[in-house]
This record gives sequence, structure tokens and C-alpha cells, in this order.
Amino acid sequence: MKLFRPASKEPLWKDEFSINRADEQYVSRRQFTKFLVLTSLGMFAGNVWILARSWFGKTPVYSEKNICRTTDVPVGGVWLFRYPTEKDACILIRPDEETYVAYSQKCTHLSCAVFYAREKNRLECPCHEGYFSITDGRVLQGPPPRPLPRVLLEKRGDQIVAVGMSTLKDS
Amino acid sequence: MFGYEFYVDPSRCIGCQSCVNACAECETHRGTPMIHVDFLDRTNSTETVPFVCMHCEDPTCAKVCPADAIKKTEDGVVQSSLKPRCIACSNCVLACPFGIPKMMTELEQMMKCDMCYDRTSEGKRPMCATVCPSQALAYVPSEQIERLRRGKPSNVFFFGKQKVTTKVFMMLPPEESALAMDVVDYMWEGHA
Repeated sequence: MKLFRPASKEPLWKDEFSINRADEQYVSRRQFTKFLVLTSLGMFAGNVWILARSWFGKTPVYSEKNICRTTDVPVGGVWLFRYPTEKDACILIRPDEETYVAYSQKCTHLSCAVFYAREKNRLECPCHEGYFSITDGRVLQGPPPRPLPRVLLEKRGDQIVAVGMSTLKDS
Repeated sequence: MFGYEFYVDPSRCIGCQSCVNACAECETHRGTPMIHVDFLDRTNSTETVPFVCMHCEDPTCAKVCPADAIKKTEDGVVQSSLKPRCIACSNCVLACPFGIPKMMTELEQMMKCDMCYDRTSEGKRPMCATVCPSQALAYVPSEQIERLRRGKPSNVFFFGKQKVTTKVFMMLPPEESALAMDVVDYMWEGHA
């Protein structure tokens, strides 16, 4: 098999599916250059799109939602709820008397449900042993690539209300 | 082997079926011969002719394959169909002018003679040529055939207007340069 050869007069599909076994893997220089140019263009367009999204993208608006009463959750206990939509499982934790924190329950690695490990005071994902901090949701160990999204809470009287979501990066 | 060519000489075939059985011994398709020994005109003659794949320069079987399953190697051998690709559509069986490919229905794959590629690529002779007692199937250097045979080797065939050049040679009478076959004429019942 020759490494370089003159341009083929056959249509491209015949070259791609050549009867000759040696020609099957052959990529002409022109074809390779086309591939490089087109993939570079694709990468460029993708980057421009990401840039445009970050410039012009709107920050999402979250509705408020009553979660539970302060008395519903004992100290060291948890309360499961859904926020911002019915498909997003979240977990509210009361590590001590005055503190209430809530995070998305979906591990940022492969979306397993995280649980509250009371004795270690952290959120743990049982699938691949990814651990998250209870104070800000950052990854303590394991494969999760991002911190857990946090649910912003407000205490109105004895009612706990979810008012929005934030991740460690924006907060 | 360099300089070795495959020669089919129908006038020498005695119909002993040695080639068929030797082919069936092969480990890659044990029990199933990839060679045809056909009677030419069974009611009037005992004459037989062995047919191996002729390994066309421009293989029709590979060209009609919709799954890209039949490939030709650099040394001109047209391989049997690739198992992961073959869809058992029988296009090649219908298209081959020599009638070589066989559809193995139980395997859902076409199989045909690949000139014992495991042997010939290593410098050994194909199974059928090693066992043929009359050397109707011969895998020898071209000088040897010229020296020992009266017939003339030809690898050009005409099917109507289609010219087919092959890797395997057919021994023809000395006055013939190419074999012209009119398939429709042979199918005609009145043909003697």
C-alpha cells in the first residue's frame, strides 16, 4: 500500500468502501485536510455558542415553595422534598438546633441519591463513595466533579421556605 | 508464492472428487467444500469440470455486496465474506458469472473459495491443487505450465459483452485466446 497517491477520480463513497482491503483504511490528504478544517470550524462554532450563552443567558427564576415546619425536622434529622420541580429530589438537613441546610439529592457524578451521614456530619453518595460537605456542598472525596447544588432557604416564622438554587461557584 | 499461478484444466478432470474432500478438510470451514465439481452434460458424457473461485480483477461479487463484506487482498485474492458484515442477501450468488459463491443458509453467510489464503499467503499450495491426481487443478510457476502442457492458459472470459479478467487461469485449446460464454445459449434446451 502506498502512503501517498494521486487524487482518486472515483466518487468518495467508492473510495470509502473500497473493494480492495488495503484501500479501505486509506485517507487522502485532501480528505484529511477537509476533516481538520470542518472539525476546527465545529469547535469554533461550539465555543462561540458557549460564549454567547454565558453572555446573554438569563439567570433562572425560581418560585418559592413551602417545605415544612421547623418542628417537623428533629436535630440531626432530614426532610426529603422536591424543588424546583417535582422531578428534582432535594434533602433538607438540620445538623444543629438553629441551622437548616438543603441540597439537591442528586450526586453530581452519576445522579445517585445522596444521604446524610449523621456521625460524620456529611452527605454521602453510596454508589462510588463521593462525599460532600454539609456546610457548602463542596466535594470532600470521590469522583463527583462539581459541588452539590444548594437550595436557598428562608425561615418565615416556623415555616421553612425554599427561595432559589445556587452552586458553590456563584455563591 | 512468487511466480506461482493457479491453473484449471477441465480436459484433465476425472471427476474423482479428491479436491472436494481435501477442501472440506480445511479447518476454517470443516466439512463444507468450497469447490464445485460439475458434470457438463450428464446424460451424454461423464465429463466433469472443477470450479474454484476465479478471483476476478474487478470482482462482481464484491461490487454488488451492499454490506461491503467481500474484500480483495493486495495479492489479488477475493476473500470469502466477512462474518460480521455478511447479511446473507445472496446478491453475490446471483451476480457471480462463474456461479462460485455459496449461501450457507444455516450460517446466514456466503462462503466461497479464497484460494486457501491461510496456505497460499504462507507459500504453500492450495489444498485442492496438492491432491489433484491428474493436475486438473495446478498451482505451479507459469514456465512449468508452458513447458508441460499443450493447452494455452487464459484468464480472459467474455460473458456476452462483459469482459472478465481473472487471477486464476483456465487451460484452453491452443487456438483460443479467450473463452466466450453465452449463458443463455447454454440454458437453451435444444443445445446439443
